[in-house]
Amino acid sequence: MTAIPYRARAATRSRRRRNYRRGGVWTYVFLLLLTAFSIFPLYWSFVVASHDNSALGAYPPVLTPGGNFRDNVDRLFNAGIVNVDFAKALINSAIVASVVTLSVVFFSALAGFAFAKLDFRGRKMLFVVVIATIIVPVQLGVIPLYIQMNHFGWINHLQAVIAPFLVSAFGVFLMRQYISGAVPNELIDAARVDGCHTLRVFWHVVLPAVRPIAAVLGLLTFMNTWNDFFWPLIVLTPHNPTVQVAVSTLAGAAYVPDYALILTGTFVSILPLLAVFLVLGKQIVGGIMKGAVKG
Amino acid sequence: MSDGAAAAPAHVARRRSATRRRLRRLDAKVSPYLYIAPFFILFAIFGIFPLLYTAWVSLTDRNLLAPTSNFIGLQNYSELLQDSYFWNAVVNTLGIWVLSTIPQLVLALVIAHVLNRSLRVRTFFRMSILLPQVTSLVAVALIFTQLFGYRYGLVNYLLNQVGIENVNWEAGRISSWVALSTMITWRWVGYNALLYLAAMQSIPDELYEASAVDGARSWRQFIHVTVPMIRPTIIFTVIISTIGGLQLFTEPFLFQPVKSGSTGGSGRQYQTVAMYLYEKAFGGTQFDFGYAAAIAWCLFLLIAVISFVNYLLVRRIRSADS
Repeated sequence: MTAIPYRARAATRSRRRRNYRRGGVWTYVFLLLLTAFSIFPLYWSFVVASHDNSALGAYPPVLTPGGNFRDNVDRLFNAGIVNVDFAKALINSAIVASVVTLSVVFFSALAGFAFAKLDFRGRKMLFVVVIATIIVPVQLGVIPLYIQMNHFGWINHLQAVIAPFLVSAFGVFLMRQYISGAVPNELIDAARVDGCHTLRVFWHVVLPAVRPIAAVLGLLTFMNTWNDFFWPLIVLTPHNPTVQVAVSTLAGAAYVPDYALILTGTFVSILPLLAVFLVLGKQIVGGIMKGAVKG
Repeated sequence: MSDGAAAAPAHVARRRSATRRRLRRLDAKVSPYLYIAPFFILFAIFGIFPLLYTAWVSLTDRNLLAPTSNFIGLQNYSELLQDSYFWNAVVNTLGIWVLSTIPQLVLALVIAHVLNRSLRVRTFFRMSILLPQVTSLVAVALIFTQLFGYRYGLVNYLLNQVGIENVNWEAGRISSWVALSTMITWRWVGYNALLYLAAMQSIPDELYEASAVDGARSWRQFIHVTVPMIRPTIIFTVIISTIGGLQLFTEPFLFQPVKSGSTGGSGRQYQTVAMYLYEKAFGGTQFDFGYAAAIAWCLFLLIAVISFVNYLLVRRIRSADS
């Protein structure tokens, strides 16, 4: 066998491989259908939210937005008509999600720093404990947690939905992985030689370095907290709700469901996260994929 | 700082640096524990303690309305094992979980495989499949409840177009499971696909080249190279969806045009274990905390056993080198 056919064969092979890697027409058809499938329910919630309730019984169904969105939003925020204070719900959710996010990011970075860069007895063992707690379904402790909150007098107060979520095992794990790779030991040693104690090292060296992963962890935490339902439903009432409790209260309000109103509330409740996602979605995708590889 | 020390008399400087050394050693020894303490303390108070205390409550007849409670041994558990509503909820939970998890993870693998080609507007596709994940469970439940509506729902309208009569999705057992599984799949499939995609991208190209030399086509490469190589990620997603899926609550809880509590339909056709727990503890006027705590522990046990079985099953995917 001479060298020439061999080279020719190698060329075909690499071309075939590139063909396999490049998306053809059907790939794009498939992905566009998938995109439509992902977006449609959200689009649909806006369609319903922008119609008068009576228009929803039309046959064939209307598929385009109508002109009633402003009216429905007015109905939603008018406390006299709806049985929940929707504006208060939005503010409550913003407070809860912000406090939880700041706390999770800060304490995760602190613990992640200790696990990644400091030397202490029991480090490995304690980190294994942290990882193990990720898979413990703590939601199953709701009954004692309710008794606890009742004891503190926190039922129907925002503390009750903030306190249990101030730290996150997943956050500690993510931070530890990131800090191990992103903060060089030399930098920490140099700061030490300059006379920094560990807290100053954390503040001036580690915190600035973790900004990218802190943004991802913060966004994920904010979304999860904003979207949480089971626990807020148990400890809060419609008089002082988070936005999810408020929306679910709308759904149970009448014998004939007022879908225009229910889905207006739903749409408004996802709007803030949707806005964040449109701006920072790329970073979120990157963060999830990065976490996956290391995890 | 060092300038000040040099200016001071030698013995003062020595003493000062000795103190500083001692402080520094103390700092190095103690501060790591201080930094990890917030996590462990808060997790102990709001995570582990309640979970363990659930075990104690399950052995009592504790009720929110009663001032005192008595130790009643395993009575809650023996009642629970004969409670047909409980077993009904277990069957529903497992049924919905199987119907949602298996198609979802298979679909996620296919999507990841497709996304793992060189594509235009890559980021757009990745973002759009992740979009459902941003949507809250409450929103998903309410939007799909409307879509699956009996008379005016869009799904039934589309079925009419191909000659199928209206399906009363909420009323039937299997039909309600299918509707709920659709919601769950819609919300989670993109997220899992991204995890798989990330794992696929870390597979070295040489493996594909080697199998291409052996004459393997795209599909065979997928089965014999891709899937075995991302096995750890598959195990991870299976375990995560087991833990989440068996605690299913929000979607079935809100899957009723008019809410009638947490019974999961008039015939309890889609009441999950988490919903039954909620019904006993908070849903009605019973506030039967002891019984609900027993349900919580049984659910915990169920999750542990099924996660372990899944782990054993998935581990048997052939590894790439065999």
